[in-house]
Amino acid sequence: MEDKLIIGGKELTSRLFVGTGKYANDNMIPDIIENSGAQVITVAIRRVDLDAKDDNIINHIPKQCQLMPNTSGARTAEEAVRIATLSRAMGCGNWIKIEVISDNKYLLPDNYETIKATEILANKGFVVLPYMSPNLMDARRMRDAGAAAIMPFGAPIGTNKGLTTKELVRILINEIDLPIVVDAGIGKPSEACEAMEMGAAAVLVNTAIASAGDPVLMAKAFGDAVRAGRSAYLSGTGAVSDYAVASSPLTGFLR
Amino acid sequence: MSFIDIVNEWDNFDFDGFFKAVTDADILRAISKETLTKQDFLTLLSPKAAKHLEFMAQKANALTLQHFGKAKLLYAPLYIANYCENQCIYCGFNCTNHIKRKKLTFDEVREESEALYDLGIRNILVLTGESRAKSPVDYIADCLKIIHEKFSSIGIEVYELTTQEYKQLVDAGADSFCMYQETYDRDVYKSVHLRGPKMDYQYRLDAPERACKAGMRSVNIGALLGLSKWRKDFFFTGLHADYLQNNYPEVEISVSPPRMRPHVGSYQPVEIVTDADIVQIITAFRLFMPRAGISVSTRERAEFRDNLLPLGVTKISAESSTEVGGYAHKNTNTPQFDISDDRTVKDVQDMLIAKGYQPVYHDWY
Repeated sequence: MEDKLIIGGKELTSRLFVGTGKYANDNMIPDIIENSGAQVITVAIRRVDLDAKDDNIINHIPKQCQLMPNTSGARTAEEAVRIATLSRAMGCGNWIKIEVISDNKYLLPDNYETIKATEILANKGFVVLPYMSPNLMDARRMRDAGAAAIMPFGAPIGTNKGLTTKELVRILINEIDLPIVVDAGIGKPSEACEAMEMGAAAVLVNTAIASAGDPVLMAKAFGDAVRAGRSAYLSGTGAVSDYAVASSPLTGFLR
Repeated sequence: MSFIDIVNEWDNFDFDGFFKAVTDADILRAISKETLTKQDFLTLLSPKAAKHLEFMAQKANALTLQHFGKAKLLYAPLYIANYCENQCIYCGFNCTNHIKRKKLTFDEVREESEALYDLGIRNILVLTGESRAKSPVDYIADCLKIIHEKFSSIGIEVYELTTQEYKQLVDAGADSFCMYQETYDRDVYKSVHLRGPKMDYQYRLDAPERACKAGMRSVNIGALLGLSKWRKDFFFTGLHADYLQNNYPEVEISVSPPRMRPHVGSYQPVEIVTDADIVQIITAFRLFMPRAGISVSTRERAEFRDNLLPLGVTKISAESSTEVGGYAHKNTNTPQFDISDDRTVKDVQDMLIAKGYQPVYHDWY
């Protein structure tokens, strides 16, 4: 069976999504994309200056990529809807990652406002990818409101703390019949690999690559880790046992 | 609840005794913690912590990279008036200083706004001096509407307003607020503010909270360091920022550490705030509030500002003019203070890129 990831009707070639924030220079972004193999790229619309036609971050993104504009900076559903509408009007396509954060201390997403924005934008024909605090009931509400995928965080954004919400994400993977994309908190390729082994459809990584010693090399490492994790998931890992399986079993006399 | 309750809680606290009792072990423990208490923050502002500046700087740099990456936001001030009703004995705009007073006409506001836009700046801070009579709220709101045609992110630094008036300015296009308490020490405050509405310590103290209630996206506060004992003043600045962040989590809170500069008038600082002190202030604050913004203006020298960038600064001004109408027509009015970094926006941009930072101009719609 072919292993395809389809979101919003688009078949994607890579299960690693990358961000564009926190880099020293946007010129680095094409190298990050090439070395990681990533196809879906998220961009904060708040940082895109349409009047700066030459030095606009959108210009650094190769044409074959799928742009996933995000509503970073929005504090309410209303602001997220406004940014999304602006993004589509700018020509950034109809994908939108909803990011509504009303807590500047921990930067945790506001699920309630996110659900509201998901419903409004899905009804307007957007491919809606809500970023959320992992919670089964809220994920169901987002699904019912028309989300194309669900993006729970692994740890608070920018912390590089890894898959600290593992058990909650595992429940979403088991229960929600939409792609689950682990977004935020992943600090190391091994953690991205672990999320993929668990059955996540994809992972989104920004800070861990942007703040690495060599971002381009780290981008490659994440690309490799995501592919390895997916292969392991598809293969199915061997059973884990607390005891060694003895070559002379205690019940051997029964044979 | 108001921040005044927290100021009151510390009324009888023995700061000198606390500083005397701080040990190197206390300092090292505070630096290595993930979440700092108020006492930890004060520990890092102690004279003894100056010995551990490099260690503090390393951690501050790591936290800044983690939370803000390589991005540094650029902004510039836009003075639309400099009339003032207050007599603050340390300020060049104070009502008894005989300087040229001016208020821009709407056409001039448009001209200034366009001149600033052409420099490449997209984030601006609109200042008026503090005269409700000469620069009424309706005038400020009308100016903001004109500026909003060009700029989507506009800050205001004006006299104290009511919550309703702040809302009026938010509706006119303002999204961020800036106000300095100058000093949190009530006695010093009283002795340096001799006339005008600013004499009301608590009304000014509560202004940032009113701005939060009015729906500002970001709120910047600070004390004019050197006006009183800086360790105590900056400690209260941090507590104020912490209070606002805890009560208004949806608002981005930031601080500035301005220090007294030479100006028209003769009042001199009670304490000289050195470069090393500023480094201690910025790094201690970054450790106390890892996610908060830190803004440094062109009051500081170019070289010093560049050296502060890795330590926690997230926002810097560039090619600033502190005179009314100073972008379209240079050197026609008295500046509020002399700037120390007169590099152009292009110079600052080139410096940031050379140091491995990304200059950010546009940050909101």
